[in-house]
Amino acid sequence: MRDLPDSLSTALGLVGGLDAKVLDIVALSLRVSLSAVLFSALFALPLGALLAVGNFPGRRTLTVVVNGLMGLPAVVVGLLVYLLLSRAGPLGPLGLLFTPSAMVIAQAVLVAPLLAALTRQTVDDAWREYREQLHSLGATTRQATATLLWDTRYSLFTVLLAGFGRAVAEVGAVMIVGGNIDGVTRVMTTTIALETSKGDLPLALALGLILVTLVLAINALAYVSGAWAQRRFG
Amino acid sequence: MHTIFPLSLTGIGFAPEGVPVLDGIDLCIEGGSRTVILGANGAGKSVLMRLMHGLLKPTAGVIQWNASQSRPHAQCMVFQRPVMLRRSALANVAYGLKLAGVPLAQRSLQARAALERVGLSHLAERPARVLSGGEQQRVALARAWALEPRILFLDEPTASLDPAASRSIEQVIVDIHGAGTSIVMTTHNLGQARRLADEIIFLHAGRIAERTPAAEFFQHPRSPEARAFLAGELP
Repeated sequence: MRDLPDSLSTALGLVGGLDAKVLDIVALSLRVSLSAVLFSALFALPLGALLAVGNFPGRRTLTVVVNGLMGLPAVVVGLLVYLLLSRAGPLGPLGLLFTPSAMVIAQAVLVAPLLAALTRQTVDDAWREYREQLHSLGATTRQATATLLWDTRYSLFTVLLAGFGRAVAEVGAVMIVGGNIDGVTRVMTTTIALETSKGDLPLALALGLILVTLVLAINALAYVSGAWAQRRFG
Repeated sequence: MHTIFPLSLTGIGFAPEGVPVLDGIDLCIEGGSRTVILGANGAGKSVLMRLMHGLLKPTAGVIQWNASQSRPHAQCMVFQRPVMLRRSALANVAYGLKLAGVPLAQRSLQARAALERVGLSHLAERPARVLSGGEQQRVALARAWALEPRILFLDEPTASLDPAASRSIEQVIVDIHGAGTSIVMTTHNLGQARRLADEIIFLHAGRIAERTPAAEFFQHPRSPEARAFLAGELP
């Protein structure tokens, strides 16, 4: 095993030299996690808004469950999705196991509670302010939900970024359902885990650097966009 | 035109979780006038307006619009703190029209006309939430006015505004009334009540102490509670 400075300089060489293998892995990570967040949002954002605005039996229980599932371990999600997609599982005939699609499904499930819970909180705050006015104007629950989702769009963008940060940084789910197949389902986190155990530290470090930079950039983007929206729209 | 008046309240009580806020309210609003509801803090003014508007359901009694219990669309409310959506002033006015079922093609035109009437044409494209408090309240009035309500409820519409902004709001209220909308409002500003009211409803401890033409009320209030209120003995 080489020492750290040596590995680091090789790693920086890989990043700076736009190594094709590294780029492929990064691209797959981004593709999988972005897709997962977008698919998840289609379901989780309306659910979160409904938990804030809706008035139906079991709303509080569901809210507690969704909040609790935010801490869902990625490996458990991986296991559940594995069971669903495995050849004997209910979705086995689709043949999705060990494909990027399976990874998208797993990450979508993983971030859904996070997106829904953060959306609920965001929409709930706005709802407190808007409630009387929207009722006064005769908005139905459906109309109010749509209005609140649109009016909190900048906060919800930050919520999506948080979901993306969680998705792109997790190992357990994609490892189990993707199988970490070279050139097919190998993403940044699974590669880091594998290469570290193999002793190829430069590649692991290079991907680690990219991943950390990416996560920092996401948070910076969330901060900047939030501040901009506050200035622009109040 | 089909009328929504009279608005009649019969034996109205409001006691959420057993705590009485209003009790034994009998009231009939014929329409056409500017009615100001006065009373001390906690007398139940805002609750009474919310009941009439339909935001709250009475725990006792019946509210009827022209002998029907269904809540008509031709009535609007403007709140103490204007609630502005995160979009332009124009879009805020158009939003009310959208909820009222006005076709998309007509919304923009009607919304612009409403902003024009409250003197805010020049701010139509500005994000509503960065406008001043007085401007936001005028957008809220335009949003209500665009719907051409037969009656407009105003809950302390100038309570958080400076005198100049308050006067501009008062002018808009006068204009809205002049265009044929009945006004029911609450205020803590006695000068404003004098300037705007045709009649006063004085609430005390959840009951109507008196209902008197404005000129008479400020000269010779009938009820001892109102006399004490005007003399400044009540908070």
